[in-house]
Amino acid sequence: MPTNVIMPQLGESVMEGTLSKWLKQEGERVNEFEPLMEVNTDKVDTEIPAPASGILLKWLVTEGTTVKAGTVLAIIGQASDGASLDTSTPAPVAAPTPPPAPSAKRDLGFISPVVAKMADEHKLDLQLIPGTGQGGRITKRDVLDYLEKMTVGVAPAPVALPAPVPAPTPAPTPTPIAQSPTRSVQSSILSSSATEDSFIPVVGMRKSIAEHMVKSEHTAPHVTTVMEADLSRVLTHLDAHKEQFARDGVTLTLTAYFVSATVAALKAVPIVNSQWADDKIILKREVNMGMAVALDEGLIVPVIKNADGKSLLGLAREINDLAKRARAKALKPDEVSGGTFTITNHGVSGSLVATPIINQPQTGILGVGIMQKRVVVINDAIAIRPMAYISLTFDHRILDGAVADKFLMTVKKALESWA
Amino acid sequence: MPELTLVDAIHQALDEELARDERVILLGQDIGARGGVFRATQGLLEKYGEKRVIDSPLAEASLVGVAIGAALAGQRPVCEIQFADALQAAFNQIVNEATRISYRSAGEWSVPLVIRAPYGGGVSGGLYHSQSVESFFAHVPGLKVVIPSNPRDAKGLLKSAVRDPGPVLFLEPKKGYRTIKGDVPEGDFTVPIGPARISRAGQQISVMAYGLMHHYCLQAAEALASENIDAEVIDLRTLYPIDQETILASVRKTGRALIVHEDNLTLGYGAEVAALIAQEAFSNLDAPIHRLAAPDVPAMPFGQAEQDWFMLNPEKIAAAIRELANY
Repeated sequence: MPTNVIMPQLGESVMEGTLSKWLKQEGERVNEFEPLMEVNTDKVDTEIPAPASGILLKWLVTEGTTVKAGTVLAIIGQASDGASLDTSTPAPVAAPTPPPAPSAKRDLGFISPVVAKMADEHKLDLQLIPGTGQGGRITKRDVLDYLEKMTVGVAPAPVALPAPVPAPTPAPTPTPIAQSPTRSVQSSILSSSATEDSFIPVVGMRKSIAEHMVKSEHTAPHVTTVMEADLSRVLTHLDAHKEQFARDGVTLTLTAYFVSATVAALKAVPIVNSQWADDKIILKREVNMGMAVALDEGLIVPVIKNADGKSLLGLAREINDLAKRARAKALKPDEVSGGTFTITNHGVSGSLVATPIINQPQTGILGVGIMQKRVVVINDAIAIRPMAYISLTFDHRILDGAVADKFLMTVKKALESWA
Repeated sequence: MPELTLVDAIHQALDEELARDERVILLGQDIGARGGVFRATQGLLEKYGEKRVIDSPLAEASLVGVAIGAALAGQRPVCEIQFADALQAAFNQIVNEATRISYRSAGEWSVPLVIRAPYGGGVSGGLYHSQSVESFFAHVPGLKVVIPSNPRDAKGLLKSAVRDPGPVLFLEPKKGYRTIKGDVPEGDFTVPIGPARISRAGQQISVMAYGLMHHYCLQAAEALASENIDAEVIDLRTLYPIDQETILASVRKTGRALIVHEDNLTLGYGAEVAALIAQEAFSNLDAPIHRLAAPDVPAMPFGQAEQDWFMLNPEKIAAAIRELANY
C-alpha cells in the first residue's frame, strides 16, 4: 500500500510552504524519518522526514512550488506498487504544473460525487490530478484547473498555425516561443528582456522578507540616531571570562554583551519596548530580544525569550544555540516570533554604520557596527581604543529624538562601564 | 432612495396598505395608543381610527380567532403578536383553522390573514422573548412563512402578504429592527412571496440563510473575500413555499452548501434544505452539506455569556464557511 507524503502544517499560523529542494530522487530508497525534502515557509526552513520506509515512487510537486498544508507531495511505496515505474529515464522536471503523471497508484482518498461525475464525463484519470483539499483529496476546483490546463496543453503551438487570413501588412513572424495563453504576462516579461537574463523565483524567505520590509517602511516613520561606544572594558571582561565560559560549553562573543546592555537600556527606558496600536501604545511586559542572523539565502531573526531574566552566561548559551540552529534550519516557528526588540550586528560583514528597517510591530532596532581600533581623545590625550558605532533606528510615532538618545546612551554607558 | 431601518420599513408598508385598501385592519396588543411594543404601528391609530387599528386583549388565541373571522367576513386583518414566542398560544387557531379553511371548503372560503411577529434573540430577551419558531409553522402546508432580512424586502414582502389570498406568517428579526438599515423605494411596490434572492454572487460555496442570520452571512462572506474564499450568499426570504430552483442552481454551481439559522439544529429549517440538496443535487456535491445553527437546548439563556454562546455571529459563520471551503 503506497503512502502519501503530505505537506504538514509547520506552525499554528503557517498555512502553506514552498518545496525548496528534493533530497531524494524518484526511485531512490528511503527510510522512515529520513529527510525527504526541504520546505520553506514565511517563518522557517525545515526538512520533512519520510513518513514510511520504501521507494520514493513519484514526486507530485516540483521544486519552487508553493502548496497548502495537506497537499500530497510525493508517494512512497514498494517497487511492486509502481510496476511500470521507469527509474532509468526520469522525466526532466520542467514547468511546475501539471505534475508528471504518477505511474504508481496513489491513495486518492474520498472522491466526492461531483468529482466522480466530472471524471466520468471527461474520461479523466484521477491519478493524474493533484489534490489540494482536506488530506490531499481532489476537489471540484482541482478538476476544473486540470481541465483548463489540459485544454491549454492540447492547443497546437502558435508556430504550427497556418495563417488563416493573409496579413494586410508584413507582420513580423510570431514569436517562436510557444507560451500558453495563461502565461502571457510572463512571456512578455521574458521577451522584453535580454535572453541572457535568468530569473529567481520569489518564494518563501525572500518573499517574506520583501513583504515585511515594504510593510515596515510604509508603516513606521524611521529615524536613526548614532553613537560611538568604547568597548575596552567589554573586551577586558571577555578575555578574562572566555575560558571560564568555555568550560561550561559556551562560546562567549560580543553579541552577548550587546544583548545584555540593550536589555538594561530597555528596562531603563521601557517605552522603547513597546508597540504602536493606532489609539494606544502597548508597553510590553516581556523583553524578548530578536537577533538577526544572516543566512546564505536571506535573514532570520530568532528570539531570546524573557532576555531580562538571563545572566550573561545564559544569554551567551542561548545565542550560541539559536544561531547554530538558525544556520542549520532547525528553528521552530515559535522561536522566530514574539520578539519585542531586535538587534542586528551588521558589523560582522564590515559595516560601520547602517540604518536597518524596524522589525514590525516593534518600536526600534539596534544596529551594531564593526569594532575597530580608532584614535580618540580622552582627557585631552590621544588614545587608541576599540570603538564601534551603535545606532538606534526607531519609530518616530512612538519615540522622539531625546528619548531615543536616552535609550542609546544607556546602551553606550552599559558597554563602556562594564565590570 | 431614502435609508430606513427595518422597523420603519414595516411601519411604512402598514401605513400605505391601510391607506390603499380600507378592508385592511390591524389587531394586536398595545398597537394603538402605545404604537406597538417595537413601535411598528406608531401613529396609525391617530391616522386611521380605532375601527381599523384595534387594541386587543392579552389572549393570542382569541386575537387570531377574531382575525380569522374578520378575514372570512371580507376584511384583510394584520395581527401583531408581540413576540413570536406567544404564537404557540395561538397555534391551534393558526394551524387547525386559518391554514385549512380553504382546503376544507374546497377553495370556497379563504383566509387573507397576515400574522406579524418579531422573532429571535440577541436582545437579552431570555426564554420567553427570543425564540425562533419558523420550523413549527413552515411544516404546515397552506401557511406561507416569510422572513425578511432587510428593509426593502420587509416593505415589499409585507405588502405582498397583505394582498395574498391566504394566511401568511410574517416573522421579523427583532434584533435587526433598528440595527439593519437599507435603501427602500418610496411609494408602492411589492416583492413577491416565493423567490429567494442571491444577495452575493460567488463560485466556491453556497451559504443560505434568512432574517438576521442572512445579514450576518453577508458580513462573513465579505470578510472572507480577503482570504480568497468566494462565497455565494442566498437570502431565502420565503421559507414556505421553498424556492427549490434558486437553491439547487447555486449548489449545482458551487458544489458546497452551508445552511445557517438561529433556530436550533435538530429538525430545524436547515434539515429540509439539506435534504432537498442531497436528493436533487447529489451528483453536483463536492463536500458534505453543512448546517450551522443554535445548540439543541430548550431555549435562549438569559445570561449574557450564555446568550453569546447560543447565538451565531459573523465570526462563527466565517469559521464555518472557511472550514467547508477548505474541505
